Amino acid sequence: MAKTVNINVHHVTRVEGHGNIVVNATNGKVEKVEWQVPEAPRFFEAMVRGRSYEDIQTIVSRICGICSITHSLASTKAVENALGIKVSEQADKVRILMHYSEQLQSHVLHVGYLVAPDLFGLPSVVPLAAKAPDAVMAVIRLHRLANEWSDLIAGRTTHPVTLKPGGLTKFPTAKELRELQERLKNSVADLKAVAAAVLSVAGNLPNFTRQTEYISLKQDNPPTYTFYHGDITSTDYDGAVSIHDWQSVANEYVNDQSTAKWTKWHRDSYTVGALARFNNNAPLLSPLAKDVAKMFGLTQGCCNPFMNSVAQLVECVHVVETSIAMIDELLTKGIKPENVKTSPKAGKASGCVEAPRGILFHQYEFDRKGNCVGADICIPTNQNHAAIQKDFEKFVPEILDEGEDAVRLKLEMLVRSYDPCISCSTHMLNVEFVR
Amino acid sequence: MSKPKIAIFDFACCEGCQLQFVNLEEELLDLIGVADVVEWREAMSEKSQEYDIAIIEGSITRLEDEERLKLIRSRAKVLIALGACATIGGVNKLKNNFNDLDEVKKCVYGKDSKKPHLATQPTKAVDEVVDVDFYVHGCPIDRKEFTYIVRCLLLGKTPEIPDYPVCVECKAKGNPCLWQYGQVCLGPIIRAGCGARCPSNGFRCFGCRGYTSNPNVDAAKEVIDKFGLTVDHLKTKMVLFGSRQEPTIYG
Repeated sequence: MAKTVNINVHHVTRVEGHGNIVVNATNGKVEKVEWQVPEAPRFFEAMVRGRSYEDIQTIVSRICGICSITHSLASTKAVENALGIKVSEQADKVRILMHYSEQLQSHVLHVGYLVAPDLFGLPSVVPLAAKAPDAVMAVIRLHRLANEWSDLIAGRTTHPVTLKPGGLTKFPTAKELRELQERLKNSVADLKAVAAAVLSVAGNLPNFTRQTEYISLKQDNPPTYTFYHGDITSTDYDGAVSIHDWQSVANEYVNDQSTAKWTKWHRDSYTVGALARFNNNAPLLSPLAKDVAKMFGLTQGCCNPFMNSVAQLVECVHVVETSIAMIDELLTKGIKPENVKTSPKAGKASGCVEAPRGILFHQYEFDRKGNCVGADICIPTNQNHAAIQKDFEKFVPEILDEGEDAVRLKLEMLVRSYDPCISCSTHMLNVEFVR
Repeated sequence: MSKPKIAIFDFACCEGCQLQFVNLEEELLDLIGVADVVEWREAMSEKSQEYDIAIIEGSITRLEDEERLKLIRSRAKVLIALGACATIGGVNKLKNNFNDLDEVKKCVYGKDSKKPHLATQPTKAVDEVVDVDFYVHGCPIDRKEFTYIVRCLLLGKTPEIPDYPVCVECKAKGNPCLWQYGQVCLGPIIRAGCGARCPSNGFRCFGCRGYTSNPNVDAAKEVIDKFGLTVDHLKTKMVLFGSRQEPTIYG
């Protein structure tokens, strides 16, 4: 059937940052499919030069409002690696607890506020609140819990203020941890309710697959479904690469379509994020998280990018269950006060953690006064840009017959499924059908 | 009276201030009950060109963004600058410390830095381009302060924003002074209203709310003298959020 479709979505909505989609098809033949990222570049890697190792986290946290804890952790780890600063076991655990709060916050925001409206056929969460009030209230309760959890451990919900090279400026008290643990236990019912609500409309997730490479962290000792420690691995690679060699994995390059850099490893694109972590580490998930994956029929090796939102739901359950156990470990050992002093030193090193939307790399070099002389940051959304483009190229011909509106919606949904955070990469979403 | 139409726009920033709207949780639904949010790209698919109140997040780093901002200003009756990037330029102004922006671009994009879509200019706060009616300070904004300002606006009242330093709120909380612990804290010269959030968590104030309108420079100098530091020590911290706009403190 001959079809002429011209789409030009300028600034896709319900994503963090600015991105455009351009589709041009005449008589059923796709002439142009393009994923563009026009976000105003902010030049963080240049701006941190001259700043003290103590101030790096405060600056680079501002790369992204949604994953500010992740950027703070990656940069603080890099600073510590560069200056040879050690962190205590309890500080390490509390940081992971802080990191989990952001995974929950970001995933709930993405699945509940940004993706769910598509699945229910609505333009935003506001009308959704009228259509599925119980599910939306459960989403709101979970989101608030995640934020108050960040408030407690990170000092506030966005841009943490308790992190410093060598540890934390403040630890939660035993009483505060016990209260948090109680709330986490009570949140399991809401997690189940949200999973059930999403499952009821999961049939609206497009059935699309494209074989590709999935990259994430992997931790063997002890075996952990990791967001924080470990080495880099991929579904195309049996071994593990040290996080200090991340540049040999990311292979960044500049593409004319975007102000953000693109990446590739074994293929012309790779994917990072919840689905990548799931594909590499699923056997290490907590019991209830495995149950949720089973509910949705999500299994290792899944190559449907739309299932990333489901993998995020699975991870929400995992971080809550894991945190409940971690708080027990912390309380058993007891929180001891720390007063870590650090001093400047020359050095260069990387730090790596999993952002909610995928693996994140930071690298810094410092002079002997501890002032930054160079930085290299590679954020997850950039690593997914090439994958989004390749998905478009395969997906558009498959759905072209469905007409302009359906193509536009499905492409926007595809972009959203990657949970892009374009201000990180610089910004993102707008679909344009060019006429 | 019909509900005022509110539109939210973002420029160069991390969108963490918009995120605080979402973090209002149920209260956001209340807000939507009294005002008509007609455009908010981060959370809604709906778009509009008619609005009474424009909320601007982010700083201005490109010529095309200046034009867009002027257009928004011409359509809006009231314009609100949201968060440090919009009110004072924020961390984005660190870029302005480098005289050669071509070098800054080359540092990040290498040989591709001359590509037209990577164009940039010195960072500007919103009021360096258009008139601003109200400021919501902070990085990120405090969501309680934001709802207070909106409430005032809807009631036709002028919001009262503190013009005294963070030290006032910090002392009231009974916090030990971080200077005693060897931290260079900007509390003495930065605008309060945050509840001394950072020092209360043991982290120095780095100035995200901007300077008070009449910063007590003498007091700041007394503090640095007392702790055997120099104006340069203070300036290395002031530069984080206050690049190229620091009040003069002579040593």
